[in-house]
Amino acid sequence: MSPTVLPPTTLSSGPGPGPSAASARLPLRERLAAQVQRRGALAVLVLVAAIASATSATFPTWSNVSSILGNNAFVWLLALGMTFVIITGGIDLSVGSLYALGGVLGAYGAQTGGTWLAILLPLAVGAGWGTVQGLLIARAGMAPFIVTLAGLLGARGLLQAVTHEGATTYLVPAGSWFRNLGAGVWTPVILVGVLFALGGLLLTRSRFGATLTALGGNENAALLMGLPVARAKVLVYLLSGTLAAGAGALGSARLGSGVTTIGVGYELTAIAAVVIGGTLLTGGSGSIGGTVSGVLLLAVIHNLIDHYFSQYGSAFTDAVNGAFLALVVLLQTLLSRTQQLT
Amino acid sequence: MVQQDPGPAPDSVLEAVGVDKSFAGVHALRGVDFALRPGEVHALIGENGAGKSTLIKVVTGVYRPDAGRVRLAGADREFRNPLEAQAAGISTIYQEVNLVPLMSVARNLYLGREPRRLGLVDVGRMNRQAAQELRRFGVDTDVTRPLRTLGLGAQQMVALARAVQVDAKVVIMDEPTSSLEPREVDTLFEVIWGLKAQGIAVVYVSHRLDELYAVCDRVTVMRDGAVVHTGEIAGLERLRLISLMLGREMSAVREKGATAFEADRSAGAGGRPALRATDLSLRHRLHRVSLEIRPGEVVGLGGLLGAGRSETAKAITGALATDSGTVEVDGTRLQHRSPAAAMRAGVVMLAEDRKAEGIIPNLSVRENIVLAALPRLSRAGLVDRRRQDEVVRLFMDRLRIKAAGPDQKVSDLSGGNQQKVLLARWLCLQPKVLLLDEPTRGIDVGAKAEVQALINELAEDGLGVLLISSELEELIEGSDRVVVLKDGRVVGELEGDGVTEDALLGALAQDADARDADTRDTDTQDTDAKDQDKEPTP
Repeated sequence: MSPTVLPPTTLSSGPGPGPSAASARLPLRERLAAQVQRRGALAVLVLVAAIASATSATFPTWSNVSSILGNNAFVWLLALGMTFVIITGGIDLSVGSLYALGGVLGAYGAQTGGTWLAILLPLAVGAGWGTVQGLLIARAGMAPFIVTLAGLLGARGLLQAVTHEGATTYLVPAGSWFRNLGAGVWTPVILVGVLFALGGLLLTRSRFGATLTALGGNENAALLMGLPVARAKVLVYLLSGTLAAGAGALGSARLGSGVTTIGVGYELTAIAAVVIGGTLLTGGSGSIGGTVSGVLLLAVIHNLIDHYFSQYGSAFTDAVNGAFLALVVLLQTLLSRTQQLT
Repeated sequence: MVQQDPGPAPDSVLEAVGVDKSFAGVHALRGVDFALRPGEVHALIGENGAGKSTLIKVVTGVYRPDAGRVRLAGADREFRNPLEAQAAGISTIYQEVNLVPLMSVARNLYLGREPRRLGLVDVGRMNRQAAQELRRFGVDTDVTRPLRTLGLGAQQMVALARAVQVDAKVVIMDEPTSSLEPREVDTLFEVIWGLKAQGIAVVYVSHRLDELYAVCDRVTVMRDGAVVHTGEIAGLERLRLISLMLGREMSAVREKGATAFEADRSAGAGGRPALRATDLSLRHRLHRVSLEIRPGEVVGLGGLLGAGRSETAKAITGALATDSGTVEVDGTRLQHRSPAAAMRAGVVMLAEDRKAEGIIPNLSVRENIVLAALPRLSRAGLVDRRRQDEVVRLFMDRLRIKAAGPDQKVSDLSGGNQQKVLLARWLCLQPKVLLLDEPTRGIDVGAKAEVQALINELAEDGLGVLLISSELEELIEGSDRVVVLKDGRVVGELEGDGVTEDALLGALAQDADARDADTRDTDTQDTDAKDQDKEPTP
């Protein structure tokens, strides 16, 4: 309650409250759309999990939940790296192949040199691979789609060479400490959880993260603001490659061997999770929290489909996944339009 | 950063000496000398293509000069990129707001130099500082909002705040007012005077002569890549300035007036209006706006920014859905309201934002022209190339579009020629009514005159034209009649000899006074009522 009545406008007294102040709040519809964009995946995840828990006797059991978490956690690291890449407006199709390559190199390292080699070799190769891709994209100005598609094929090729076209299988020795990294449920979940948390911090609270978001939102502006755009681009592919190969190595620690046929199409699942999590495929906006919701939602749905439709086979799972993704992209387009992002 | 001692300061804080720059054979800068004194506001003007932008890009490190030097505070410098120039104290605000729309206002303000604690961005402090900083620039808003949700003017202010905030010795402003409202322009001027007081030099690029005289100390005029004049702006006659820019004789400019409209063009004959809009209303934006356009008549739409001029034009074409109101073309009421229906009836609109709403930059001149007319130029779904060529040639000649040929990419053309291409696109539909929203904005003086002359010719040929322009002289000299809008209402109409700048300002001002009086009355009553309410309280 303020008893004084001021004249509505004071024109002469310098910069008063103008239109910028008058529109301090966005229309409700736009604010709602922004919320759905940001937390939609989480809401759907909660909803799906609640319904599944209520209707299925097996879904809410610890053995089921732990199998969802333990078996998938490492693959989610691909989505973590992909989130950064997509926020810059790029794409990294090589991560599925790098995941497999990392697995084989991890097993090879464990077999020939022990735990340190098993960890460092895949990380080094992934980082190198990512750096080359990043340099081609940032310095040579090539399209990320083409460069990383070449990376996808190249990493598969290297994998075939290392394993003599699948004839040689590298095994992680039974007593190797390396196996501990992938064992059980808690180790993978904590490892991956910590990396996601660090990723979130990097994105929201570091200058690097701000640069990535800025360059995805308006690359020209980022350049003119003097942000280190090219370096950020290289680093983002380096990060994605390292995470993919590292995830593969951890996967091999869990499986006990380097599986050559693994990882096909994982890049697409990662992209799907990122997009479902509310990150704009055109770049400039996104969150790690959203990607967490995205990967969990996909995993839960996958689990439910396996459970209810297993008699139809895995092809059916892929079809449902695809339909779901199409739905999400449609929804995102509508949300973007409501917020007048485009 | 070394603090300059005010005493033995060098004559020039920023200097370009004999700068040459060519692009693929085009000589963009020829031996340009440019000197900026500390604490001065220096206007840099010239037609499009005169080399202003290239010069700015050379001194800010976007381009490297082929020959010549850039000196900052008396020392030779070679900036390899804008970051280096910025670090050395040269900040630039570009004409199109170069910020990141999806990121928050505070983020945009501090990108690249966020306050940090323990290596992490201190978001709380950043937001507090940003809010404080922006209030000085007349922007009072929630700084965590995405930048895109701010008006263009406020965005420009954020860009300005950003540029000034770095430890700048020189601030370069490239057409900073093109998206500002008058009130915001005043704020900008205050900021500029503040910079001046701190000894910071400002390079001010603008097409608006009023602003130059209001805020600048000296002026450098460029033409065809060379400097043709440098000196004090006070005492320099406007006509002389224009003739320097155009390279024409002063007498010729004086004779023809500041715009290319002919003063004595006979107004459209009476008879049935080509277009009649009645009682167009849209909540909060338009209130019972009515107007008529007769064939051969140019009707100006006057008013300040936000008065509802563009909205009126868009409502007429149906691009903006109205709550009520009707539109008649040639006496026939339009049943379905959409741009396509209006187009079929013969009403076309040249939108204000050329880049976003008109030109398709990667297509050729030919394709851009015939785009809207494709259905007419096709037989059985196939495009008739021969007829297409005829139409394109006709309009390229008639509108004097300067292009290497019909197959040149439109993005290679100058702004003025792009505008003509758009005009050609609509004219080849043979419209009855042409709605022009700021047809000469952002194009250089020469092209402007040509577009103005074209509007004249088109009206002579019997076309009804609605002209929206924020340039008073263009509106006054170009229109046979001016309908004055304020806050979405028609508040006056000027006709014949009554179309003068004074009359237009009068129409706007009169209404404002009346409104103020009204408001004051209500306020007094409110206050009285409140006082009475309070009295019985023990």
